[in-house]
Amino acid sequence: MSKAVLDVKDLSVRFRTREGVVTAVNNISFSVGAGEVLGLVGESGSGKSVTGLAVLGLIDPPGEVSANSSIKVNGRELVGLPEEPLRKIRGKDVAMIFQDPMTTLNPVLRIDTQMIEAIRAHEKISEKAARERARQALEKVGIPSADERLKAYPGQFSGGMRQRVAIATALLNRPTVLVADEPTTALDVTIQAQILSEVQDLCAETGTALVWITHDLSVVAGLADRVAVMYAGRIVEEGPVTAVLEAPIHPYAAGLIGSVPSRNKRGEPLAQIRGMTPSLVNLPPGCPFAPRCDYATEICQTTMPEATPYEGERAARCHHPLSSPTPAAA
Amino acid sequence: MLVYLIRRIGQSVLVVAVMATLVFLAVYAVGDPVAILASPDADDQELRAITARLGLDRPLYEQFGIFIWNALQGDLGRSFVYAQPAVDVILQRFPATMELALVALIFSILLGVPLGVIAGLKPESILGRTIMTTSIFGFSLPNFWLGLMLILFFAVQLRWLPASGRGETVDVFGVPLSMFTWDGLRHLFLPALTLSLYKASLVIRIAQAGTREVMLQDYVRFARAKGLSRNRIVFVHVLKNMMIPVVTVLGLELGSMIAFAVVTETVFAYPGMGKLLIDSIGRLDRPVIVAYLMLTVVIFVIINLVVDLLYAAIDPRVRLTDSKG
Repeated sequence: MSKAVLDVKDLSVRFRTREGVVTAVNNISFSVGAGEVLGLVGESGSGKSVTGLAVLGLIDPPGEVSANSSIKVNGRELVGLPEEPLRKIRGKDVAMIFQDPMTTLNPVLRIDTQMIEAIRAHEKISEKAARERARQALEKVGIPSADERLKAYPGQFSGGMRQRVAIATALLNRPTVLVADEPTTALDVTIQAQILSEVQDLCAETGTALVWITHDLSVVAGLADRVAVMYAGRIVEEGPVTAVLEAPIHPYAAGLIGSVPSRNKRGEPLAQIRGMTPSLVNLPPGCPFAPRCDYATEICQTTMPEATPYEGERAARCHHPLSSPTPAAA
Repeated sequence: MLVYLIRRIGQSVLVVAVMATLVFLAVYAVGDPVAILASPDADDQELRAITARLGLDRPLYEQFGIFIWNALQGDLGRSFVYAQPAVDVILQRFPATMELALVALIFSILLGVPLGVIAGLKPESILGRTIMTTSIFGFSLPNFWLGLMLILFFAVQLRWLPASGRGETVDVFGVPLSMFTWDGLRHLFLPALTLSLYKASLVIRIAQAGTREVMLQDYVRFARAKGLSRNRIVFVHVLKNMMIPVVTVLGLELGSMIAFAVVTETVFAYPGMGKLLIDSIGRLDRPVIVAYLMLTVVIFVIINLVVDLLYAAIDPRVRLTDSKG
């Protein structure tokens, strides 16, 4: 693994709600090297999107990033930074694209306005030069007659095209890290595949580290170098993508992999993980997955398993690891 | 855009035609103007002569036919009281009211939009709550009371501003306007403020709701993720989206400010159309009432039309759906 450009340590994000304190992200750590792709996988409500927003410093009250968290981009600490320096980092060093391309572009502003402002928020550069860069960026994501399309409004683009515009916009300033929050979920499968490979190419070209948030394991399989599986605000398993997918350690990861519909199991009922994700308000002391786990024993109800490193740059939090992996030498 | 324009104009003409019928029938069902116009000791013959002169002896459908025929030629009848064309009588008062409504509109935008945006950006803050609570007063205080209080405070107590009338006017393209003289502005200030406070409260509430809604949109989050400054986000991304409902409502309200400044004009003895309407109703001056209502309808229709076109200018989606259709 190359040197980490994004290094997250002990990140916790809490939301104070009327029902109580919700710990949406609980003490997670991960790092991504330049040009590397990390797949952040989990069900709805597992905290993966909040993690993405936290990396950009976009957690708004009532949410708060706990003070002992650390998010370092290129070695620079983001947690606790005031708004103005944070703003300078957003869109410049760390960029983000979102799930629904139909709503991420402002419907009443032209594409050129929205792209040029993204450049000029960070650089003193003439309108003309910025426009030229925006045009090139559009061409790079495969938008034909970019000159003309710059003058269009978002409403004149299809969903896939809008997501391309968003991607082009996010990559305008050659960010060190790109956080992609399920950007292909709202698109149909053929467009999904195109966009995936385009983002992959663009990031490889510029050496941008990519954090790809998704609930779709098949996307991760084809795209990511490493994968982190989140459950109830924690990373329960992390490791190189092939190793994790072939021999998961955590029963939840195994369940997720088992739930992917496959051609080989035609005619059988689809596998699923029984039960529901737990409410994040006042989680019980033990492993949050215990109530849904086939392997759970008494210790799982009472004690949260520690993150245990395993051989092959892997880690998992489980009292009853599957596929008998070798613990890494301490 | 052209198809859209033609279709909208067609709709507008239809509305005016239907309103003409309703207004005529409604006004002619009320009271006997001859009884008010003639001197109390007039005999039968004199009364009949007046009735004939005003054309009131003909059957209703004939009167209606004449009214429509004349209206199509731009003649809405002669005032019974002023013995002038009713439209002229109204148009003489029109600049005063128009001016009052415009200044009030400007006041309500200048007050309403910034306060609404501030309250919308920080809905939980003390300032935000204070603005929203105060706006309730703007809604619920009756216009005439507010006018009287302002007169009492600024005109009677402080003696800063005049309490009534229109003040000095200058002719701009032959139209007497007081907006451009210091004295005229001083006279305009209190009535315009009175008229605008209700609208300003309305604008505050719409702007606040709009701002809150827009702030939660994905495109605002994306704009923040791009590293835009807060000012850029508020003044470009939020304001432009938030102004769409504000423009709609203000357009409609401008119509009502022109047409129904009646109370405010009466309180400030402001020589506008509203005061004329009240006087005309008192004297059963049917042509003036009808002409006034017709003018109001036309103004509303035109404003609606303009708002729709403005809408298309602000919101590209309106243009788009139309160019396809």
